[in-house]
This record gives sequence, structure tokens and C-alpha cells, in this order.
Amino acid sequence: MDRDNPLTEAETRDLRALAALMIPASDVYGVPGADDDLIFADILRSLERDTADARAALALLARMAGGSFADLPAGRRAEIAAAFKREGGAPLFALNRVVLLCYYRDDRVMRSLGQEPRPPFPRGHEVEQGDWSLLDPVRGRAPFYRRAP
Amino acid sequence: MNEKVDVLIIGSGASGAAVAWSLAETKMRILCLEQGDWVKPTDYPSNGRDWEARLFSDFAVNPNRRARPTDYPINDANSPIKVVNFNGVGGSTIMYTAHYPRLHPSDFKVRTLDGVADDWPVDYATLEPFFAENDRMMGVSGLAGDPAYPPKQPPMPPLPLGKSGQRFGRAMNKLGWHWWPSDTTIATVDYDGRGRCLNLGHCTPGCAQGAKASTDITYWPHAIRAGVELRTRARVREIALDERGMASGVVYYDAEGREQFQPAEMVIVACNGVGTPRLMLNSVSGRFPDGIANSSGLVGKNLMFHPYALTYGYVDEPLDGNHGPPLCLWSHEFYETDHRRDFVRGYAFQFGRGFGSIVEAIVSTAAGRLPWGEEHHRIYREQLLNRRIGLSAICEDLPEEHNRVTLDPVLKDSHGIPAPRIDYTISENSHRMMDHGIARATEILEAAGARNIAVERPILNGGWHLLGTARMGTDPARSVVNEWGRCHDVKNMFIVDGSIWVTAGGVNPTSTIQALALYIADSIKRRLADATLFD
Ligand SMILES: Cc1cc2nc3c(=O)[nH]c(=O)nc-3n(C[C@H](O)[C@H](O)[C@H](O)COP(=O)(O)OP(=O)(O)OC[C@H]3O[C@@H](n4cnc5c(N)ncnc54)[C@H](O)[C@@H]3O)c2cc1C
Ligand code: SF4
Repeated sequence: MDRDNPLTEAETRDLRALAALMIPASDVYGVPGADDDLIFADILRSLERDTADARAALALLARMAGGSFADLPAGRRAEIAAAFKREGGAPLFALNRVVLLCYYRDDRVMRSLGQEPRPPFPRGHEVEQGDWSLLDPVRGRAPFYRRAP
Repeated sequence: MNEKVDVLIIGSGASGAAVAWSLAETKMRILCLEQGDWVKPTDYPSNGRDWEARLFSDFAVNPNRRARPTDYPINDANSPIKVVNFNGVGGSTIMYTAHYPRLHPSDFKVRTLDGVADDWPVDYATLEPFFAENDRMMGVSGLAGDPAYPPKQPPMPPLPLGKSGQRFGRAMNKLGWHWWPSDTTIATVDYDGRGRCLNLGHCTPGCAQGAKASTDITYWPHAIRAGVELRTRARVREIALDERGMASGVVYYDAEGREQFQPAEMVIVACNGVGTPRLMLNSVSGRFPDGIANSSGLVGKNLMFHPYALTYGYVDEPLDGNHGPPLCLWSHEFYETDHRRDFVRGYAFQFGRGFGSIVEAIVSTAAGRLPWGEEHHRIYREQLLNRRIGLSAICEDLPEEHNRVTLDPVLKDSHGIPAPRIDYTISENSHRMMDHGIARATEILEAAGARNIAVERPILNGGWHLLGTARMGTDPARSVVNEWGRCHDVKNMFIVDGSIWVTAGGVNPTSTIQALALYIADSIKRRLADATLFD
């Protein structure tokens, strides 16, 4: 088995077709879909401790498709995907999580959201101090903690 | 054979570190055994691009998911709240969110004031100097003058309000309810060798900057400099007993998996509210067939969690998102018993900023807010990303013996030591308290302009406060340790972690856990001085 892909070829094709339906590419926002080469390779590499759930979810998808989900006509794929979303349960949740984790850390996607593609450390972020006079009404309140004997 | 030590501490977390540091001045030979490793600043997720993903793998809060070799499994199937923790130097402070309220004076007197549970055998006034000492050692930021508390003086200024804090502040003022910047153990200025917070916004799975006070960077460097030895990858299986009924030391597995015996003059247990009863129940002998120091039968019983009711919503402009420490304000408006309500005792609110962008996408997909398909992009950008604000009611759980930690008959850790099993149900009183908290939180969110309000009750992976499983008291039939932390049954064995709590209050516990640990250490020192420690 490929070290970067724990799935079979059929599972991989179905997952790619599903990823394209979950998060399609968009011209409006100028972003790739979750089936983009780079993002999809990241998804396969990142299944890690979710591999068993991913395979269980894909097995259900194949059952619902009556065979290869990827080979169905587009309209039928969309119908099956909608039903799968309702019925997929915890395994689908795990699979969907990996797709989102990889999609939203892609440089192109992050830039389109106005985010800098970098780890939080060491540069951090700015948080404004804010208007501390908002606290004045509370400062004026008498101590109200309950006295204990 | 290991050389005998004067003091053997098991567990290096919030309480173990505090007690080690305090006792170090005695110049006794002190050894701490910790099953986990040191965590290097470079190990923390915020160093990398996969920082949100690691919340679901090697930095997951739930040990069953994290499953590091240094973790132990927990059978939590029979509990609606799952235990979360961290096992390593610093213990669960590696993972905590650094929200740092104290218990209130009234929390120590609930039977006298409200006729429920039991009073504590210590009170706020006794702990007051230890709260202050602990605030200085952990490095607390906050603002003096909170009318919800007796006077106190945090050594550092508070966290910034940010956009979300101001929104909440305005909403609370509109409703006329108390709010205040939280005490936190996040350094807002450079403090005791720690850099100040850079708003990485990722405090829970560890702070790469070292601004968040986990005890590996607060108490431990001081304790180690003062001569305390900390041995990692040392998992204690049981506490041994000698023929006089005193603890003689412990059996543990070292880093190579070899069984070792470590003799000691006294043993201090600091393994937290689940790890401590597990270890005690695993320590059986002819004298204690049901677990060491368990003649009361209360070891493992009265587990309290604080059921968390999270209410959140979305506003029409981007706020702080995950930038900045997540918890920044509290409200104690509904903390005390009010006889007009249908429950006794109360809760604090903790106000949160937002989520990381990926976690937002994940939870919103699971909740059905974020669709698949073309609409995904628009809804995520226009309605969700950085628009979340939320608050949690931290509900006071009352002690009930059927809520408990026992040993699982099947599940074992990697050394073959029986793992803990949790049996826990949320009481009717706590359910009513959550209802009340959610209703008030909804009013607050509406006043803050939030829509699409949603609730998570209880927070599933919200068993972060582990309390009550080896309670304090003066009556040996009704408690496991006495009023200064010594086991009634074994006179050279002490417990200093959250297990010894009598009741839970309605706030995050670590400030009080550590103040208690310092108080117990002080009691030990005083009794050493007049040679009454083991009387
Ligand atoms: C995700 C999360 C968020 C939290 N947020 C907050 C917060 O905002 N505010 C707050 O007040 N609290 C918070 N907490 C709780 C806080 O972390 C705990 O209250 C505190 O750490 C408990 O201290 P302790 O000393 O009892 O145990 P711990 O800090 O858990 O330390 C116990 C140590 O004992 C070790 N140990 C256990 N068994 C053995 C054994 N058999 N042999 C050797 N070593 C052993 C463990 O490895 C561990 O290091 C949070 C916790 C988590 C997990
Ligand atoms: S927000 Fe501050 S305390 Fe939290 S991880 Fe970042 S630097 Fe550390």
C-alpha cells in the first residue's frame, strides 16, 4: 500500500468525487475545490487515525451507489451524496473533518479568506485593548459576593 | 533497589508541582514520579501549519483519541461527559485554557448556607494567603476591584477586551448584569522568564510562546533548582504498605518498562480526580482489600465534573475569531442560590472569543449550518467565519455517590494496569441549572446582536474538572483525607489534587486546587517542625 494513501484505488476515486461535491471549486471566490490535486493529496496523507472511519464511510457510500460512486452520472451522484450526508453518521463526520482540515489550510484558500498562510507562532496576532470605560457601571456596583459564616 | 526518599510525589501537574515547590525549602529529599514526558515549546501545534488538525490527533484533549504511549485509556461509555486531561510534566495545565477564578467564600459552606452536601473543613480565609502565593507563582493577569469577590490583587494587567469582549460588555451593561475581565494565568507582560502573550489564539493545546502558565514552566523550574528530582516516564502501579499500615513506597514502571520499587518516608498523591482514585483502587492489600486508605468506601465516589452548557451565536461582522486567548471575561451574576429558582446553588459564565477557522467549519458542518456544494463558500464567508461569540454556564455539580470512578474489569493501559471506568449521570438539579444558564445566555447573545443561536449541553468532551473522588473531612467514616490532606487510614499518605474537593463550586477549579496544595504543604511543614506529622 502507498505510504501516502491508505485507501484502495476504488475508494480513492469515490472519495475524490465526494470531495468535489462537498467543497466544489468556485470562480466567484477564486478557490479550488477539495478535489484539487494538492488538497486531495493532503487529505489522503492526513487520514491517519481516521482511516478506519473513512473506509467505513466510503463502504457505505459504495453500497448506496450500488457500486462505484465516482462512475455514476453527475445528477445521480448529487442525489446519493445528499442521502449519504443524512445517513453517514460518525464515520462520515470523521471523513468530512479531514477534508475540511486539509482544505482550509491550503495557501490559496487561506489567502482568499484574507488569512496569511503561516503558523500562529511566532508572529501571533493583534487583539485590540477595547474601551475599558465599558466596565464603569460594574466598577460602581457594591460588593455582592455572599458572606460565609 | 532505589534509594529511599523523604517525600515521594506522584503526578507533576497543577497540584504536584505546587506541593513539590513548597516542600523544597525543607531540603528533604523529594522525588516526583510522572508517567508522561516533558513537552518542548517546539512540540506545540501552533508552530506548524497543521495546528488545528493536531487538536484531533496528538494534542486531542480526550486521552482515548490522543492515545499517546504516556496516556492511559478511560472507559467513558457510561458518562454523557467525557474525561479530558493531559499526562506529562505540567499535567493537565499543558492543555488547560488558563481561566483562573477562585472558589467563593460561600462555596466552602454549602450545608450551612443552603442545606445541601457538606461544608468543607477549610474556608476561604484560611486559603487566602495561599491563593495569593499561587497567583504570584503561576503569574495571574486580571483586574482588581471585582465586586463578585473579596479584594484580591492579580500581579499582571488583564487580557485585552478585543472586539468580542466589548460586544459582551455592552450586552451585559444593557441587561444590568455583572461581568468582569477574567483572572487568567496568561502573562500579559513578560513575567518570571515567560514571554507575554502574542495572541496565537491556541492556548488549549499548549502555548509555544510560554505565556500560558503550565506548571512545567512555572513551579517546576523553581522546584528543580531547589533540589527536587522529577523522574519522567515513571508510571506508578500501586502504593505499597508496610506491616505498620504506613505507605512504604510505590511500585512503578520505568521508561524501559521495567518494574521498580521506590521506597519513601511519605507519599503524596497528585494524579487528579480520576488518576488518584484509579491508583488507590489498584493498591490493594490484606489491610485494604478495596484499595488503599479506603475504609470509608468513598475512594472514587462523588465524582463532580461541572456540566458545561455552551450557548453561542453569530453576529454580522467579523470579530476576534481565534485570535487571542479564548476566554477573557466572566460573570458571577447567577452564582449563588436564589430561592425563586427551581434549583439550588448556581453557575458562573465564561465568555469565549471565537474558534479557529477550520474548527468553525467542522462544527458548523456537523451542526448542519454549513452545507456541501456551491453555497458552502458563501455561507462560510458571510455568516460563520470569525462571527461566532459564545458563553458557557459552568454548573455546580453536587456530590452524589453513584457518580464514580471504578476499575474497568477489562480495559488496561500499556503496562497492563487496570484502567478507570466512569459512571456518571447529570442530576435533575444540574439540568435545571443548565436550562437557566441557557435561557440567560440566549438573552445575552440577543443583546449582543447574535443570531442563529445554538446550544451544546453538556459539552461532550467537557470533563476537564475532575473533583471529589477522595473527599476531605473530619469524620473518617465520611471522608478519605482529613482537613489538611492526610489520609485518615494511612498517616504518611497525602492527597493534594482535585480529588479532595467536598463540593465543586461553579468555577474552573485549578486556582483553588493549587491553593489547597500549597496549604497542605504548609501544614506538612508546620507539623514537621513540631514533629507531629504522623501522629
Ligand atoms: C482541555 C482542558 C481545559 C481546561 N481548562 C481549564 C481552565 O480554563 N481553568 C481551570 O481552572 N482548569 C482547567 N482545566 C483543568 C485543569 O487542567 C485541572 O484542574 C488541573 O490540571 C488539575 O490538577 P491536578 O494536579 O489535579 O492534576 P493534573 O494536572 O491532571 O496532573 C496529574 C498528573 O499525574 C500524572 N499521573 C496520573 N497517574 C499517574 C500514575 N499512575 N503514575 C505517574 N503519574 C501519574 C499525570 O500524567 C498528570 O501529569 C482544563 C483541563 C483540560 C484538559
Ligand atoms: S494566545 Fe497567548 S497564551 Fe494563548 S497560546 Fe497564544 S501566546 Fe500563548
